[in-house]
Amino acid sequence: MLVASLLVASFLIFAALYLSPGNPAASLSGGRPLPPGSIRILDARYHLNEPFFAQYWYWLDNVLHGNLGISIAVRENVSTLIASRIWTTAGLVLYASLIIVVLGVGLGVVSGLRPGRLDTTTLVVTAVSAAVPAFIAAIVLILLFAVKLRWFPALGNGTDFLSNVRHFTLPAVALAAASLAIVARVTRASIREEGDREHVQTAVSRGIPARYVIRRHILRNAAIPITTISGITIASLIAVAAVVEVAFSLNGLGAYLVQSAENKDLAVVQGISLVLVTAFVVVNLLVDVLYAVLDPRVVLGSRAQ
Amino acid sequence: MSAAVPLSGAISRRSRAWAVLRATGPAGITSAVIIAAAIFLAMFGPLLAPYPPNLPNLSLAWVGPVGSHLLGYDFEGRDVLSRLLAGAQTAMLGPLAVVLVSMTAGTLLAVIAAWRRGASDVVISSGLDILFAFPGILLAVLAAAVFGAGLLAAAIALSIAYLPYVARVLRGAALRERSQPYVAALEVQGASARSICLRHLIPNIAPLVVAQATILFGYAMVDLAAVSFLGLGVQPPTANWGVMISENQTGILQGYPLPALAAGVCIVVVVIAVNVLGERLFEQAQAARG
Amino acid sequence: MSGPGQAGPVASALAPTGSTPGAPLLEVAGLTVLLEVNQTKRAVLRDVSLTVRPGEAVGLVGESGSGKSMTARAIDRLLPRGAEVEGSIRFGGADVAALAGADLRRYRSQVAMIFQDPRAHTNPVRRVGDFVTEALRTSLGVNAAEARRRAVDMLTQVGIDDGARRLRQYPHEMSGGMLQRIMIAAALLTGPRLLLADEPTTALDVTTQAEVMAILDGLRREFGLAMLFITHDLELAAAICDRTVVLYAGQVVEVRASALLHTDPLHPYTAALAAARPDIAQTAHRLRAIPGRPLSAFEAPDGECAFAPRCAYASDICRTAVPAPVELDGGISRCARAHELRGHLQEAPGD
Repeated sequence: MLVASLLVASFLIFAALYLSPGNPAASLSGGRPLPPGSIRILDARYHLNEPFFAQYWYWLDNVLHGNLGISIAVRENVSTLIASRIWTTAGLVLYASLIIVVLGVGLGVVSGLRPGRLDTTTLVVTAVSAAVPAFIAAIVLILLFAVKLRWFPALGNGTDFLSNVRHFTLPAVALAAASLAIVARVTRASIREEGDREHVQTAVSRGIPARYVIRRHILRNAAIPITTISGITIASLIAVAAVVEVAFSLNGLGAYLVQSAENKDLAVVQGISLVLVTAFVVVNLLVDVLYAVLDPRVVLGSRAQ
Repeated sequence: MSAAVPLSGAISRRSRAWAVLRATGPAGITSAVIIAAAIFLAMFGPLLAPYPPNLPNLSLAWVGPVGSHLLGYDFEGRDVLSRLLAGAQTAMLGPLAVVLVSMTAGTLLAVIAAWRRGASDVVISSGLDILFAFPGILLAVLAAAVFGAGLLAAAIALSIAYLPYVARVLRGAALRERSQPYVAALEVQGASARSICLRHLIPNIAPLVVAQATILFGYAMVDLAAVSFLGLGVQPPTANWGVMISENQTGILQGYPLPALAAGVCIVVVVIAVNVLGERLFEQAQAARG
Repeated sequence: MSGPGQAGPVASALAPTGSTPGAPLLEVAGLTVLLEVNQTKRAVLRDVSLTVRPGEAVGLVGESGSGKSMTARAIDRLLPRGAEVEGSIRFGGADVAALAGADLRRYRSQVAMIFQDPRAHTNPVRRVGDFVTEALRTSLGVNAAEARRRAVDMLTQVGIDDGARRLRQYPHEMSGGMLQRIMIAAALLTGPRLLLADEPTTALDVTTQAEVMAILDGLRREFGLAMLFITHDLELAAAICDRTVVLYAGQVVEVRASALLHTDPLHPYTAALAAARPDIAQTAHRLRAIPGRPLSAFEAPDGECAFAPRCAYASDICRTAVPAPVELDGGISRCARAHELRGHLQEAPGD
């Protein structure tokens, strides 16, 4: 299924070239006027005079060999352009994922196990936070922590690892905010639900100490939906990272994708889309695998909804 | 907390709708009021704006609240409040279109897949599974690259991206309805597939459809605002809450946060209201299914 | 005092615990339970009293809503949050409500509960062996290998021969009947003195029911365990229990030696229950059902006998006050007219 998804996705991304108004050569050039010699070179390089599927085949072949074409705007290899930016995006997504898992799951577990004031506060805060999109969280964070409090820099990448952490903190928090709230809520709900299950009652009725019941039955079973929702939200970060990168002027794949879309630099758009879609599909696959590992009732390939 | 409202019975559809709304509790009702106000603004916002929302006056740029300019001026000297009121239109209509297209197509596909089962189901489900590979924003950016920036391309792209999520939820519900005894009874009586689906199956999953649509509206609103923020959706100078945040972002750094924040608050308030109402409606739909 | 699991189930059942022999093992007196439902308090049990002596099997019979499951949960302190409990429950002389921490856990390992739906009561993501040996390993401190050995032994006693293989399986790989037998084995492993069996065979198909009942009854007698057997089936209770308690609308309406339950019942409800079951030896034109539907405790009217609206013998005295339990021929009846109806209840009440 993974391979089929990627194949069809790559086909759609490739076909996007042909959906755009005008002829393919015009799309590749981004609507800029070209001297006739260039048109012939483009035709030869992209096999524009051959049947559609043959072109797809050539393109796919190139992709699998790491050749993603050339950026019309900058006249460099798309692969190089991607490689120089991929760690920004990866770093941002990883940082945000860390925040989501540690804080989101942590908060959810604590408020799920203890009803009381912490729990109600958590519910209210997460209800609001879940509704705050990343770019709005971004401007609020910039206002509070960069402009007013001056704890963090407002924009741009850092220079070395430590300054990168400083520069990426606000963006990572902005990216994580809404997802953190969702994960916390689902975690809390799962813990509550598991705590009410009959098999937990059975364990209690046999005199098993509370800490074992919590660890071996409630947490262990709740780990299934918690892992699923964490995985799904982390996968969604891959796309939303673009918005955060733009808001914080970070030099990542997402920001570059948006810029290229505005410039109609289609080769770059296709290349980055491929990378992001692949990452998205792979993360979802990992979630499926984890799910099958955690739940012995499930056969790999089916994620019960 | 909210009791399930019976689906069957001799109560009229309108009073049933009111009963459903009342059963969502004070939070749900407040949310519904907020949403109604937003819809009202979407329809009449530009008419209600006290000042022209698109008339720049650079000498007034970034001036704070004064007199009847309750929220001050934005980066081009336009009245923020007027721009917010005018911006409600694109901010609400875009998501509405996305929800309509997505829910209609999703319901159709889900019902067909659930009814026919077998090969049709496999084809539809596999096709939808492929779509899962494309996150909404990515598809919108791709659409903007191919067709040019604009609200229409973004809205269509998002509708397509949401399709698999909608269809999966509804397909599950439709499958459950399909296997209910009353369906078999109707088939035995000779009712056609179309009439059973239209007059029985779909009305019975209607509460879930409405709840899903409400929740989807929230996602569409956030995603479309994000795309406009990126400059690939609604184009300036058209007023739009997402665009306003992007336009006035420099103000945050320079000490004039109000215009951007005001637009942000509008978005967040409506999204919270939609989420709260959607969640409550979803609970009721689940309870009714029992 | 040595842990019950180490001396072996039989020895621990008969070992003196500090209470005088002949004294009841379990004493429930005036138990009233109110549950919080939708922010109102509802009674599910009203003034329930019963005793179970060591080694005795007592049946607890009632229809749905009578409160029989709640009684078991109250005894094991498994009531939901927000439940109010009045009255007393004493086990081996000690007040159960006052137990906490390690004492409560020790109590729970001496009272083993067997639930109705074994599949819902076993953790689906852990192996069966984990389930069976869990109590031994975590609260009784037995090491894993020894626990496994005892588990395999006990599985053989419940009729599962390839125990070692079964222990490595997951619950979803087994049938309901097998899971219930495993649950019984797990319950017996901690060496309990009292079994609370909450409709253990209701969720199983008929042939499996008979097998599981036989195993349960046989092992109980072999280990000399006391049992509170909860069921809606009057015949089943009468077959394996020495005494039977009948519940209606959260109250005890009759306590009777099982052998006398059919021939000389003391309460109209019991007689009606017995008569309502079709008898294979007779032909009847119409099943003798009890008119109306069973009430839950909170639906029962305050100032009269809860069964009066459906009772064929109801008269004015039944509607003036809730009848108090009266002792009669070694049993107990909560019928206002118990004395005068004695001996006539097993006849048809005049169609």
